[in-house]
Amino acid sequence: MTRPDALSRSRKPGLKILTVTGVIGAATAAALWWVSAPAPVSAARIAGLSGNAQDGEAVFLAAGCASCHKEPGTEADPRVLAGGRAFQSDFGTFYAPNISPDPTHGIGEWSQDDFMNAVMAGVSPEGQHYYPAFPYTAYIKADPQDIADLYAFMMTLPADATPSQRHDLAFPFSIRRSLGLWKALYLDDGWTVTGDLNEAETRGRYLSEALAHCAECHTPRNALGALDTNQWLQGAPNPSGQGRIPAIAGPDFDWTHFDISAYLESGFTPSFDVVGGSMADVVASLQQLEKSELDAIAAYILRANP
Amino acid sequence: MKPRLFIGASLICTVFSLPALAQENPEIQQRQGQFNLFVHNFALLGGMAQGRVDYDAELAQTAADNLFHVTRHNQSRLWPEGTDAESVEGTRALPAIWENLDDFMVKFAGLQDAAEGAQAVAGDGLDALRPAVGALGAACQACHQTYRAEAG
Repeated sequence: MTRPDALSRSRKPGLKILTVTGVIGAATAAALWWVSAPAPVSAARIAGLSGNAQDGEAVFLAAGCASCHKEPGTEADPRVLAGGRAFQSDFGTFYAPNISPDPTHGIGEWSQDDFMNAVMAGVSPEGQHYYPAFPYTAYIKADPQDIADLYAFMMTLPADATPSQRHDLAFPFSIRRSLGLWKALYLDDGWTVTGDLNEAETRGRYLSEALAHCAECHTPRNALGALDTNQWLQGAPNPSGQGRIPAIAGPDFDWTHFDISAYLESGFTPSFDVVGGSMADVVASLQQLEKSELDAIAAYILRANP
Repeated sequence: MKPRLFIGASLICTVFSLPALAQENPEIQQRQGQFNLFVHNFALLGGMAQGRVDYDAELAQTAADNLFHVTRHNQSRLWPEGTDAESVEGTRALPAIWENLDDFMVKFAGLQDAAEGAQAVAGDGLDALRPAVGALGAACQACHQTYRAEAG
């Protein structure tokens, strides 16, 4: 006799909880879905820009596009952005895509707006999120005119018909939509090093934080792969192999302004070890910039050193 | 009692075999000694090229002569199989060296050529030395880019 009663009494609150939970769950899911929607660059920021290919070359060298997007191997031509290089990470393996002007396999059909959205917001022409292995996390800080110039320059490079490879990622990182939540948490267009910077330090901050994206390798990451800005440039595990990416700030870094600028120009450390690994490509690009740009990066690096 | 004895024995073996591992591969220290001699001479030439130290024709020539000779040291006994960074501690030499030994030796020959080039011009003034230093750096980088792991 008491059993059905007891059952029905316990069922009603149960149902209520279920319903409330369901409503909250659906609302949360809807909110997350809304938050995670890919958002392009605001039209006002990029409207009416006209790129200059000649100016874009320096942006291309400073941003280091070729370091990741040229074909794998040291003999590869840094102007042929065929992609294919693999990047191991805790989330799986990313493959740099073809970003040559090939109309089918590259970005030849992209409009300038497509390009700006990809580079500065991490949103593809199809309206999907890019993984932050592509450092739009840095390029979001760039001057839109520079990115328009970069677009104009890259469209003058040789086309290559190598198909891009699919990333090989573990679940749930394989769900692109989830990157919208990551972006909501970590995508930030503000500077990391702030304060009263002089002209050279300000230029160096622009080159380093917005274009050259030094921090992407030299700063450790949290469990979700976001940069730990409290340990900015203080060295990190090598994501793609043995050893560590060295500190370029913090107590263990004692290079002078001359040392840093000379290293970026020559690849020689102050003790005359010679650059290797993935940094060799970075130096190969940066050393083509004006020496004053390398001096500016050096000024910034020393400023970033607490 | 027996498992304990086994664990104890294992520990003792491990402790005693650790230094032995390093001693088993004296070639690692020996080839690192050779690279240190490269740097000892290259640093003087590079320091002059960068203006860190004043150019001195006689010192530059001596360093370039040294570099010529130390890069002629025959490499055949310095790179035994199993002395790569994935097999043993204390080296940054990547296994790729042993997978591409021919290319590795071609790149080493490139260093010898660059050292010969530097020897020919090191005493002829700073303008002659600078490109030779660049060529030496490029020869070093050719191997470091492909065959050397990041420092630990």
